[in-house]
Amino acid sequence: MSEPILTLRSVATDIGRYHILHDVSFSVPRGEVTMLLGRNGAGKTTTLRTIMGLWRARTGQVLFADEDIAALPTAEISRRGIAYVPEDMGIFSDLTVGENLRLAAISGPMDKARLAWITAAFPPLKTFWDSAAGTLSGGQKQMLSVARAMIEERRLYLIDEPSKGLAPAIVTTLARALKDLKRAGATILLVEQNFALSRALGDGAVVMEDGRTVWSGRMADLAADAALQGRLLGMEGAA
Amino acid sequence: MLRAILSDDLPRSRLLAVLLAVILVVLAAAPFLLPGTRALETAARICMFIVLVASYDLLLGYAGIVSFAHTMFFGMGAYGVAIAAAHLGPGWLPIGAGAAAGVALAALTALAIALFSLRVRAIFFAMITLAVASAMAVLVSQLSGITGGEDGLNFRIPRELTPGFRLLEEPVFGTRITGRVIAYYLVFGTCLALFLVMLRVVNSPFGSVLQAIRENAFRAEAIGYRVVVYRAAATCLAAVIAALAGAVFAVWLRYVGPGTTLGMEIMIDILLMVVIGGMGTMYGAVLGATIFVLAQNYLQALMERAAAATAGLPLLPDILNPDRWLLWLGLVFILSVYFFPAGIVGRLRGRA
Repeated sequence: MSEPILTLRSVATDIGRYHILHDVSFSVPRGEVTMLLGRNGAGKTTTLRTIMGLWRARTGQVLFADEDIAALPTAEISRRGIAYVPEDMGIFSDLTVGENLRLAAISGPMDKARLAWITAAFPPLKTFWDSAAGTLSGGQKQMLSVARAMIEERRLYLIDEPSKGLAPAIVTTLARALKDLKRAGATILLVEQNFALSRALGDGAVVMEDGRTVWSGRMADLAADAALQGRLLGMEGAA
Repeated sequence: MLRAILSDDLPRSRLLAVLLAVILVVLAAAPFLLPGTRALETAARICMFIVLVASYDLLLGYAGIVSFAHTMFFGMGAYGVAIAAAHLGPGWLPIGAGAAAGVALAALTALAIALFSLRVRAIFFAMITLAVASAMAVLVSQLSGITGGEDGLNFRIPRELTPGFRLLEEPVFGTRITGRVIAYYLVFGTCLALFLVMLRVVNSPFGSVLQAIRENAFRAEAIGYRVVVYRAAATCLAAVIAALAGAVFAVWLRYVGPGTTLGMEIMIDILLMVVIGGMGTMYGAVLGATIFVLAQNYLQALMERAAAATAGLPLLPDILNPDRWLLWLGLVFILSVYFFPAGIVGRLRGRA
């Protein structure tokens, strides 16, 4: 396992008067795909939002490349090289597909080769390049959301449930694109409920429960241990 | 060529294109097409309101910022010119210096408001702008030695812009080219240039970021855009353009008073024009301002004629009594908002 690019140490986050994260600690090694798993309400999305500074950590450290980014403004965190694909996709509906992608290329004009790679992975984006993003289907919006994160090479990709509510064919397309990204050496922290997809993509895994990290290790170990899956993830027929 | 001038933002509706072309041609040829002082006055007012409304649309429709201080910035430009001209005498230099001072004051005030209050929620920002605008109106009223107080300031402008000045001895297309015509083209040219600049701004990457922020500020921040910086820039830009419109309008009117530049009524008029025309479209400002100013200036006269024509009929002459013109104006606006929720431009482009 390579050295970590991201490390969370005893992170606690409140949303209003609710304590959502109590004690979250884990590391994301460089060049690997780390799956963030857990039941609904375990705090996975809040963890990603805390890393991005969209919710502020009350205590603890968020170390990115050895720098504590917990108190940095969100824009600065992003400019450190972290791309974020939120659960609600967060596309800009009134802007065209092209404008959405151009906006995401924050350091300058889009790289043509990278754009060609992305449009090959997600052909509908090329078809609907000049259409308002709000008119796309749910699956196409998710493709755009992931493509926006991929438009520039980033040091870390945070991706929140990309397969949620999508048709199997779209999930296959997304999975293929994420595998391409992984092959290119990207570091990814991926929240995913679809265990088959997690098993296919993940190198490492972190399991959360009630705002705490309760297990972390290799994805292959978790995939091979049905009892562990049943205990940690409540998967039917696993135990 | 046209694409470049319009920054690639074409009307995208044949009817809209025709309407815009008609408005442009009529405004461009107003001194030759429209007889009488009142018609030229109305045309100049339309030009000025197009810029003022478009600059407010930049703020509200593109950046999603609700501000009630827009007329204050307009007033700063107007008072800058008026104070300089009234105290330093008529000349191009005082007018230029006054306009520059008004624009600089508007930019600095906008920056201060933006940096102190854009982090708060939208409703609080709106309230802060309302408070600052009200305070400025009171200040202008109190500083009567400088601003003329409630009476405002009458001032003289360069001779070349006065009705008594003749540029040519012979009339052109039956119209004498007086200083008034030159002043009108100063208003028209400045307003056209400012509108095209705004069109360029909203269609630039900066404009796309503003729209992204309006839609989802957190997402824009997560991509790496510093939302406060962009919002502050939009606020300053809109304030500068409003101040320039105020400066030009002051030259046209040769008078500045609280009622003509700082009043809350003007702010409400601007809001109505943006909504009627269509928010976030720029071209909506052209249609909204034209319809609104025409209604303000001619609805009463139209109703007077209608009442006279229906004099023999029961009830109708009373309903069409010109004293009730505001009631009809209100009704027209309610209906337009009801039938065109995305504004006239939105409707013509098929959004609603």
